[in-house]
Amino acid sequence: MEVVQIQRRLVDYTKSLFMEGFLDGQFLQLQQLQDESNPDFVVEVVSLFFDDSEKLLNELTIALDQPNVDFKKVDGHVHQLKGSSSSIGAQRVKNVCIAFRNFCEVQNIEGCLTCLQQVKQEYYLVKNKLETLFRLEQQIVASGGSIPMIEMGF
Amino acid sequence: MAMAAEAKFHVLAVDDTLIDRKLIEKLLKTSSYQVTAVDSGTKALEFLGLNNKERNSKADASVDVEVNMIITDYCMPGMTGYDLLREIKGCSSLKDIPVVIMSSDNIPSRINRCLEDGAEEFFLKPVQLSDVNKLRPHLMRSRSKPNINKRKAAEEIVSPDRTRTRFNQAEERSSSPN
Repeated sequence: MEVVQIQRRLVDYTKSLFMEGFLDGQFLQLQQLQDESNPDFVVEVVSLFFDDSEKLLNELTIALDQPNVDFKKVDGHVHQLKGSSSSIGAQRVKNVCIAFRNFCEVQNIEGCLTCLQQVKQEYYLVKNKLETLFRLEQQIVASGGSIPMIEMGF
Repeated sequence: MAMAAEAKFHVLAVDDTLIDRKLIEKLLKTSSYQVTAVDSGTKALEFLGLNNKERNSKADASVDVEVNMIITDYCMPGMTGYDLLREIKGCSSLKDIPVVIMSSDNIPSRINRCLEDGAEEFFLKPVQLSDVNKLRPHLMRSRSKPNINKRKAAEEIVSPDRTRTRFNQAEERSSSPN
């Protein structure tokens, strides 16, 4: 496939992620911060997000599986997940976290379990999308092309 | 605008989350600041205090690790950003360093309390480049005060193990925060 085609595919794909709400403006901010002195900045930050999230999702699963759920602890984990998803622009994950925290506050176990399910779903979705995006970028770079900047006109 | 080869402003960033530390560091470096990032209020205070002990024992410690600003997350385990703010403002040789607080939660009472207790700015996370641009006036203002920190610190040196004071370099902060 020609570089130009992959570039177009990347642009369309990225735009669709914004349209569908997977990513928000913060992701663009990350891309804008990337430069020659730190060409892997976005991948590095997103990888940290992946590592962090998987740890947190495990801890949440364990915490919500206890006979006496410690809602403060659960809320602490969700707060962290909300923070990191917000920092990279993973909007849908962040939004579930907001709802999740509300359920923690009122100590609603069913609500929490539902949110846990949802946040896992959203996390794996956005992880998948971002990995696809990075793969497209790699293909472009490997073919000697440059990664197009997305103009979103927010 | 800048006079002959001014050193970069040195910002101390404090955040317990690795992602946010990486982010704030990048934002600050992109804005041409020198950055030191630590993961707790305790480490921040150590950094601010330890510098001075080290410089004290060196013959001519011309390496100036003066800190021009502290930017800290609010929610941290142990010492919160607010606790750190209070420590800094309560320490005579550190209190003139501008402090900025960041938080992911938009809680007006929290914001007001921080600002009332001496924080220059309060940024909501995720912090943007436009937020970092707001820092420069605070830094310029501190720098334009003619060696106020340095003079004050010199006056306060009374401990017997200090045999000399140096007036033309960034002075040691007083021995320990209150």
